[in-house]
Amino acid sequence: MSQTPLKTKKPFFLRFKDERILLILFALMLAFPFVMNLITGSGLNDGITKFWQGQLIIFFIMAVFAMSYDLLIGFGGILSFGHAASFGGGAYTFALLMEHWAPNFIGKYRILIGSLDITEGIVLLIVFLAVVLVSILIGLLFSATSIRLKGAYFAMLTLALGTAMFILVKATDFHEWTGADEGLHGVYVPDWINPTQNRLTIYLISLVFLVVCYLVMKRMVNSPTGRVIIANRENEDRMRMIGYNPVLYRTIAFVSASFFAGLAGALYSIWNTSATPTMVSAVTTVNALIMTILGGMGTLVGPILGAAIMQTISQFFYTWFGARWPLVFGVLFILIVMFLPYGIIGTWRMKRNDIKGGWQKLLRLLSKKEDL
Amino acid sequence: MTEDILLEARNLTKAFGGLVAVDDVSIKIRKKTMHAIIGPNGAGKTTLFNLLSGVLPPTKGEVYYKGEEITKLPPYKRAHLGIGRTFQITNIFPNLSVMENVRLAAQAKGKDNFKLLRRADDFQQYIDKAEEIIEVVSLKGKELFLARDLAHGEKRKLELGIMLACDPELLLFDEPTAGMSSEQVPELIDIITNIVHNGDRTAILVEHRMDMVMSISDIITVMNQGRILAEGSPGEIASNPQVQIAYLGDLYGELA
Repeated sequence: MSQTPLKTKKPFFLRFKDERILLILFALMLAFPFVMNLITGSGLNDGITKFWQGQLIIFFIMAVFAMSYDLLIGFGGILSFGHAASFGGGAYTFALLMEHWAPNFIGKYRILIGSLDITEGIVLLIVFLAVVLVSILIGLLFSATSIRLKGAYFAMLTLALGTAMFILVKATDFHEWTGADEGLHGVYVPDWINPTQNRLTIYLISLVFLVVCYLVMKRMVNSPTGRVIIANRENEDRMRMIGYNPVLYRTIAFVSASFFAGLAGALYSIWNTSATPTMVSAVTTVNALIMTILGGMGTLVGPILGAAIMQTISQFFYTWFGARWPLVFGVLFILIVMFLPYGIIGTWRMKRNDIKGGWQKLLRLLSKKEDL
Repeated sequence: MTEDILLEARNLTKAFGGLVAVDDVSIKIRKKTMHAIIGPNGAGKTTLFNLLSGVLPPTKGEVYYKGEEITKLPPYKRAHLGIGRTFQITNIFPNLSVMENVRLAAQAKGKDNFKLLRRADDFQQYIDKAEEIIEVVSLKGKELFLARDLAHGEKRKLELGIMLACDPELLLFDEPTAGMSSEQVPELIDIITNIVHNGDRTAILVEHRMDMVMSISDIITVMNQGRILAEGSPGEIASNPQVQIAYLGDLYGELA
């Protein structure tokens, strides 16, 4: 029996070795509102504690959106400029149903288990099923475009499709339903997940959502299917010759990316209690693209880091530079792309040994000096 | 003796605009033979290959595999039927490990391609098979190398490994020794003859090295300007005056 690392099965606890840092971060995030409350004493649902929970909620949701984009571009090698259609599609599906259907339904029917009223739960469940359905359909729509087109032509078509969705939600013809330019605001959300009244609940939901999505996506890219999707990025012609249908695997990549993006969109809609055309626009796609590039494509952790950086930057740069902050950010982005071409995580993974070796050398030099 | 025929092309024609690359070619490949296709550059060998493996659709004519028409079948379906091919220009997954290159090919025919939530490394059967094949193509010890970091000769071997992992019955070799130095060739020939003869497989070989073609093939088809010029055993081909004039002349004369 040969002893390649691939053959040895890791013990259960060692499988989480790579996730150690993430586990610590998860614990920190879990404790954050409570610690913040202890320090400031402002109350969990008030003042600065509430404000930072809000910032982190946006970060959690955008991180999932960016990861879903990474599934497409980093693992599938598919450059889509219409990914916001899935995000916005999820948001609009949620907002439309909650605005126009849910209040009627709740007004008319009551579903009870004993004395427990689960009407709102059932409504949310149905709405989320609709969100999943719509996201999958949008994923299928986009993958259909990739059957014949490649490269720049394909990217242009995704941009066109994404823009078509954007125009659709802005159309004044549907003003009564979608609110056209203004979008939907003050969407009905059950009290227990209302971000103004119960921010901690939505904070914890978003955090768990991020962690679950990360774990599922990580498993997916390491699954037999995920490996085929990665190979498809590498060499499509060879794929065909060994018996894989590239279109099928691209479709899987599209649908799964769209699925996560749609859920993220719906959650974002809960957080804002609104759905606006911006969520469907190309700006949202480009944001995800920037996050993914910043952190490193094809790393999954990278987009999370990218989302964190974007969230922090947009927060502080605004106070520092005012309305001109995107200009400063643009320069910073160019510098990062120039010096860290594979993103922060990507470059770190490639140069990890060099960097560690350099540190050890430096430390050895320093310790020698002390000896002298 | 129709059961004896594994692959048959009837009146195959491929035109690129005005250029007819393959012109009304009919060819029969018998089971368990090493069938070489030779001819000067531009004779249409690679185009014929692409027609047989499904990379290109023919302008006219049909292809039959085991008596069934496969003319319109896309390459990935032909792969499932048992047709594997290598490429003249190395065609591998450059950023994946050698192991993963072969493992993916081994996985292709299995029933686990749509398991999204299982770990690929838990499917030991594909890893075992990949290891077996890596040994056959003598790449042992390089499993964890990235494919792009291999030497050229090793990439050619990996290419064979990827094809082999698909369990093909019919092997299409498109200039397997392209770009290799003379010292590396004998090892590759050994691997190829081993794969074909020990595995009871059939092979079609396009090759420029005449010494190699003459020594390992059972039947040789000579192509010139998109048409078949002659077909026969190596001895017959070498003594065919037409072939000598059109193509072999200098090359084989030198060797003989």
